[in-house]
Amino acid sequence: MSDKTIYAIYDDDYVLLESAKHLVSKGIHIRDVFSPFPIHGIDPVIGLERTRIAITAFIYGMIGLSLALSGMYFFMIYDWPLNIGGKPNFSLLTNIPSFVPVTFEFGVLCAAHGMAITFMLRNWTLPGFKGRNPYPRTTDDRFVMEIHASDSELSADEIKAFIDETCVLEIDEK
Amino acid sequence: MEYKVSKHAKLTTLVLIVVGVASLIFGIATDHGHTDQRIWANLLVNGYFFFTISLAAVFFLALQYVSEMAWGVTTQRVFQAIMAFMPVGAVVLLVIFAASSMHMNHLYHWMAEGVMTKGHESYDAIIAGKSFYLNQPFFWGRNIAYFALWIYFANWFRKNSLKEDKLELNGETSPIYKKAIIKGVLFIAFFAYTSSSASWDWLMAIDVHWFSTMFGWYCFSGMWVSMMIVAVVLVQYLKKNNYLKEVNSSHVHDLGKWMFAISCLWSYIWFSQFMLIWYSNIPEEVTYYIQRFNDYRGLYVGTFFVNFLMPFFILMSRDAKRNGVFLIPVALIIFVGHWIDVLVMVLPGTMFDHGHLGAVEIGMFLTFLGVFIFMVLRSLSKAPLMTKNHPMYDESLHLHH
Repeated sequence: MSDKTIYAIYDDDYVLLESAKHLVSKGIHIRDVFSPFPIHGIDPVIGLERTRIAITAFIYGMIGLSLALSGMYFFMIYDWPLNIGGKPNFSLLTNIPSFVPVTFEFGVLCAAHGMAITFMLRNWTLPGFKGRNPYPRTTDDRFVMEIHASDSELSADEIKAFIDETCVLEIDEK
Repeated sequence: MEYKVSKHAKLTTLVLIVVGVASLIFGIATDHGHTDQRIWANLLVNGYFFFTISLAAVFFLALQYVSEMAWGVTTQRVFQAIMAFMPVGAVVLLVIFAASSMHMNHLYHWMAEGVMTKGHESYDAIIAGKSFYLNQPFFWGRNIAYFALWIYFANWFRKNSLKEDKLELNGETSPIYKKAIIKGVLFIAFFAYTSSSASWDWLMAIDVHWFSTMFGWYCFSGMWVSMMIVAVVLVQYLKKNNYLKEVNSSHVHDLGKWMFAISCLWSYIWFSQFMLIWYSNIPEEVTYYIQRFNDYRGLYVGTFFVNFLMPFFILMSRDAKRNGVFLIPVALIIFVGHWIDVLVMVLPGTMFDHGHLGAVEIGMFLTFLGVFIFMVLRSLSKAPLMTKNHPMYDESLHLHH
């Protein structure tokens, strides 16, 4: 079986969703979908697993929290204690209320940035990376399904015949 | 589907009330002095706690209309049922205020004789300076207005929701729904001021020398989260007894999110109030915390950590918010936690260093809890569990995320 990549191009997100359901029911595996915005409900149809980005966000948040606390312990308690407003400057524990806002902010900062960078790294879309988008118009008004012929038992022509049954705009092969 | 209060539920409320009253009698019999004051203080704690749960349900219902919230339609009757304790709670609170006004108890020092009269032996210049706000006629005028208007709005939402069920609509939007949005806006505008000013009158005025500009928000977030806890537990209870089949895991998830979010809001406000006062360290402000940290440290600081960390870490994941195994234990623990929070708002200013969590406190809590559960379940059994003719009912039914 030759490894051909078939692109089915649509001009509506809902039509693509319904077509994807149709194709999946025929045993066709959809590798990926490119669209200008998230298509609600497409994940279970094309068999995407639930994202684990939330777990990474939690880990980054915890890292930020401990970094902030250990940083402030070093700066404000250990290395150069400053007397600010008569607050205890010799122990982290008794001075902790004044460190909470910064710790919280730093936790949020690390969680948000870590999550965004992880996401872009996983998608290979960090600045300077070469884009892998087969159809630049999917960033504007087109919706594309990527299907590999080698993923299913069917031949490329059979797959194309099934795609033709849907309201497809254009079928492309590479 | 109509809900019927099961024998088991009736028995449970009865047992709660009997155990509560028994514990109360035991506590009073074995108390050493200050018993009168202790009973009044506990009446205020529980009257306030359970009344404001009902009050927050009116707020949440109004919020549903104002924000045109679709997901909550299948659980609207649950929130309407939680409002049912309002009249009982209002009577309890009014009795307490009347007794305070007639010097039958000493919960509110500013009401005591001579505090505002120059030359009197108990004259207090600081309290006298607040007399433009803290005086009997104005106090009674505004409090009666609060109760009357809150209960009016609660009744209006309930009555019109039942009326809406009976409407014959031929594909038109229910006219009651449109009216309810306007009523919701009015209620929220009124409640935004009165939830704050009522908490000044009822709780902040106990520590009459002290003030905090965040106190209203603190009380408001406390009542809101307590109400969300009741809603979460009630929905889980009904689902377990094969009611509320229309409520799916997405609705449960949404309720869980609210409980999680408002727990964080409460913790945020608790901490902000504490941190600003701790940091600025002004004598007239820190007295509130010195009292609590010296005499009630375990209860006061302990409940903060429990009420914040338990929901935060256990309910953070998506699956936990959809699962009763996680939701119910957390909900029940922080429910007691928020009750203790009200307890330590009242006791230090009324019992000073004599207050503690004993048989009287627990007995009064269980008695009120029994009555509260009874009122809520009885109200729930009086109407079908699902509203009809709500324009977004169908959308709510298909909620999925």
